[in-house]
Amino acid sequence: MPDESLLDLKAVTKRFGGVTALSSVSFEVSKGKIVSVIGPNGAGKTTLFNCISGVLRPEEGQIGFGLKKTRDSLVGCAPHEIARMGIARTFQNIRLFGQQTVLENILTGTYVRTEAGLLDAVWPWTRRAHQESHWAMDKAMRLMERLEIDALADRPAKALSYGQQRRVELARALASDPEMLLLDEPAAGLTVHERQALMDFLRALRQEGLTILLIEHDMKVVMPVSDWVVVLDHGAKIAEGTPDAVQRHPQVIEAYLGVAAL
Amino acid sequence: MKKQRRDWMPWTFLILAVLPFFPFNSYQIDVMANAALYALLALGLNVIVGFAGLLHLGYAAFFAIGAYACAFLNLNLGYPFWICLPVSAAVAGAAAVLLGLPVIRVRGDYLAIVTLGFGEIVRIVVTNLEPWTGGPNGLMGIGHPMIGRFNFGVDSRPYYWLLTALLALTAWICSRLRRSRIGLAWAAMKEDELAAGCLGMDTTRLKLMALGVGGAVAGMAGSVFAAKQGTVTPDSFDFIVSVMILSMVILGGLGSVRGAIVGAVILSITPELLREFAVYRMLIFGLLMIVLMRVRPQGLFGASSLKRVLHAR
Ligand SMILES: Nc1ncnc2c1ncn2[C@@H]1O[C@H](COP(=O)(O)OP(=O)(O)OP(=O)(O)O)[C@@H](O)[C@H]1O
Ligand SMILES: [Mg+2]
Repeated sequence: MPDESLLDLKAVTKRFGGVTALSSVSFEVSKGKIVSVIGPNGAGKTTLFNCISGVLRPEEGQIGFGLKKTRDSLVGCAPHEIARMGIARTFQNIRLFGQQTVLENILTGTYVRTEAGLLDAVWPWTRRAHQESHWAMDKAMRLMERLEIDALADRPAKALSYGQQRRVELARALASDPEMLLLDEPAAGLTVHERQALMDFLRALRQEGLTILLIEHDMKVVMPVSDWVVVLDHGAKIAEGTPDAVQRHPQVIEAYLGVAAL
Repeated sequence: MKKQRRDWMPWTFLILAVLPFFPFNSYQIDVMANAALYALLALGLNVIVGFAGLLHLGYAAFFAIGAYACAFLNLNLGYPFWICLPVSAAVAGAAAVLLGLPVIRVRGDYLAIVTLGFGEIVRIVVTNLEPWTGGPNGLMGIGHPMIGRFNFGVDSRPYYWLLTALLALTAWICSRLRRSRIGLAWAAMKEDELAAGCLGMDTTRLKLMALGVGGAVAGMAGSVFAAKQGTVTPDSFDFIVSVMILSMVILGGLGSVRGAIVGAVILSITPELLREFAVYRMLIFGLLMIVLMRVRPQGLFGASSLKRVLHAR
């Protein structure tokens, strides 16, 4: 592909005691594309996300982020440093701040794009803090409207339905204006209608230049939206390619699609 | 953002300010001044436990550091109270941050145990550092505050006003903090540290900030305490003081500014009201606490119970 890569994994290996959750996984994610990671349960998909976002540190391998000239290495960086570089993520088992309202949850997403410190809170007349909080509020409002959760703004997050919580988590991730978005099974538990809306939304985000790395089980979601698909099985990459090519790959059919097709 | 819940403040503090004009005797005024002192401490601890979710059991150590810093500066360097006050606050805040550094990665119940240890260590160090702290006998002859030619002296009334003013200021700052960017991040971190980290929050830094703010408030309270008593001794900063302040915060409701103040007032005045029960006083007090916590585990004004702090993700 002639496109420039934004994320570059080289031989990433992660072990948990005796279990090798990722064994020497390498692939690249091109800027502005939707790349899906698929694989059976326990294949290591979530572990891969945890390594990229700094939640886990891989034992071996390199993870580079950014365009060629200014690439940073992510291995060894803390999650908050990686978030600052422009990677936002969601979680397979939604991790919203349940006690906080929907609006507050989304505002926490703007944390990396704002700077007000302790003194700004005490000294309320600084222009910067004032403008900044306006900007954050505005951003949160627009995202809530876009994801059709603005009516829920003042509800505590834990009171929402599953599908609503997924959208709040997505809005929270987007509130940080990321360069790259990691979505861990965003369609899980959604209705057919919600799935369709999600797919349209992902395509719209790509249109706006966002790069998306997506973990998804539902092939009806993966195949139409993905530009590129990476297949993991037992921690190893067994194939990668366009959705069509991957679907026809014999090993993939055996390891994954074969089971689903039965 | 949500409507700010600070409407109660002007009225409350106005009423508190005029209270000494009513015919209270000097013992009652002293109880009130003491309640205000505890309320200030509860507000400070509330930043650490209620806002940031760090269960700290050694908070009295910062109170001690503030009191001793004030005594030291006044006795050895001759600084007047009004300089000792901010300097003690800064010293206690810095001490809270420094003592926090080694333990900040420990969580929940473990943090409680480590901070308990640190609290005791500070008290023991103070007891044994005789040349500077006067050892078990403490320091005596600390100068009372002066405004112009007016000396605060031994009457509790001016201290009550001073403490109420500091309380109003701290309450205002706390409620602003809670709604600020940092306050929102504290609340997020308190619920789910991993998710907060992935949102770009440097949780170590945020925790140290909370410790710094909480420590500074304790330092402020400590220096007023030293100036009011005229003496400081290590036994004023026993572990039980930390427990007492924590009980006030929990009774009022973790994270609630109003709650911390109300909790402190109730818990510092109840034992005085129970004086006629003499030896049974603390027993009745303990029973009241147990009943209250059974009925309202989240405290009077709180949203979350202590359980959530202990077992946060
Ligand atoms: N924190 C951990 N400690 C120990 N083992 C772990 C840990 N996290 C994951 N594993 C193991 O690593 C392997 C990969 O798990 P992972 O969660 O990455 O799979 P996955 O592809 O996301 O699966 P699913 O489709 O079920 O979400 C599994 O065998 C799992 O048990
Ligand atoms: Mg997973």
